[in-house]
Amino acid sequence: MSKVKTKKHSTFIDMTAMSDVTVLLLTFFMLTANFIKKEPTQIVTPGSVSEQKIPDSNIMTLLIDKTGRVYMTLDRRDNKLAVLEEIGKDYNITFTPEQKKSFLDQPTIGVPVSILPKFLDMRLEQQDEVLREYSIPTDSTNNQLRQWIQHTIAINSDINIGIKADETTPYPFVKNVLDILMDLKQYRYHLITTLEA
Amino acid sequence: MAEVNTGGGGEQKKGKPKKMTLRVDFTPMVDMNMLLITFFMFCTSLAKPQAMEIGMPVKDDLKAEEKSKVKDDKAITIILDGENKVYYYLGMPNYTDYTSLKESSYGGIDDPKSLRTMLTNRNRIAIQKINRLRDMKNRKEIKDDYYKEEVSKIKNAKDGQAVIIKPTDKSSYQNLVDVLDEMAICQIGIYAIDDPKEGDLWLVKNLESGGELAAKSEL
Repeated sequence: MSKVKTKKHSTFIDMTAMSDVTVLLLTFFMLTANFIKKEPTQIVTPGSVSEQKIPDSNIMTLLIDKTGRVYMTLDRRDNKLAVLEEIGKDYNITFTPEQKKSFLDQPTIGVPVSILPKFLDMRLEQQDEVLREYSIPTDSTNNQLRQWIQHTIAINSDINIGIKADETTPYPFVKNVLDILMDLKQYRYHLITTLEA
Repeated sequence: MAEVNTGGGGEQKKGKPKKMTLRVDFTPMVDMNMLLITFFMFCTSLAKPQAMEIGMPVKDDLKAEEKSKVKDDKAITIILDGENKVYYYLGMPNYTDYTSLKESSYGGIDDPKSLRTMLTNRNRIAIQKINRLRDMKNRKEIKDDYYKEEVSKIKNAKDGQAVIIKPTDKSSYQNLVDVLDEMAICQIGIYAIDDPKEGDLWLVKNLESGGELAAKSEL
């Protein structure tokens, strides 16, 4: 019996092409990336046919989750700082530089002012946990949301207002926020939705 | 892992420089890239969320004459109720006839009961005009700016279709956005969001009970 000679093939695969493709993909993702912002609650926005884009910058977003909790985000840091100082004046609270820095690092505004200094002393990871338990009070007797919005508008009158509510949010919660905006003479705002297929 | 192989093999003549084939193994590089891609895919959102811009009427400046600008026969009141129910009536509420309030749905154009069917029928002329304009724009006969101007003129025409949206406390945010969507689809420029009045809620109850409430109050 003669031995069947198998030719020894090199298992070396040229990865150059593969590498080219992945680098291209990577570049694409890096260029189109806009990072998902951290939000204290999960909000599923309703679908709509509207094809307008929300403004990129200079926007104040009001988040309303399905249990009616309200949070607020501000994208401009200088505004944020000024608003914090105004709120501090209202409640006679002076914030330390560390607290101010912590406020700027935390993207969401969402605790009652009474516990805000204590909240800002915590570490960022702890803050996220605490945020889930609190929200901005919006009752008529203690309407802190109104104060936050009022100060923001006073500082930056051109700010765009976005409302991001969960699709299952009962209407009265949304109406409450809309009424506050109406009260502050803000009649134009954006309802944030996702594009329906 | 990079390899530098001497090519050719076999014996080489003296004096001739060795032929070098340079081969670099790209596998780790690809691995790393793939990891990075996965990271970017999970941590970014490609689609930007959409927005609907709405302008609310200015409360204080609304004069009596402006309020009555909308003709009664051109107004439709849509009442959003819980459990995705939606009702509408035309013109002024008619408390004596319970069938004046009609139940509708959020369905598409193929549903004869849906809001879209009703509104497209009512607003047919405006929709036709806008479609014609859009065709002209697509054929590049008119400019974009002109198109926008004309469309807003048609939408905000004084005798145009007006809609009043009244979400009840039981309705959800999704319902509101759906109805606002219908406004955009049916090219309705004049619409307002209002609180339902007692009469409106009564109408809904009356319809649900098949006119019993009206019969009772007459007794």
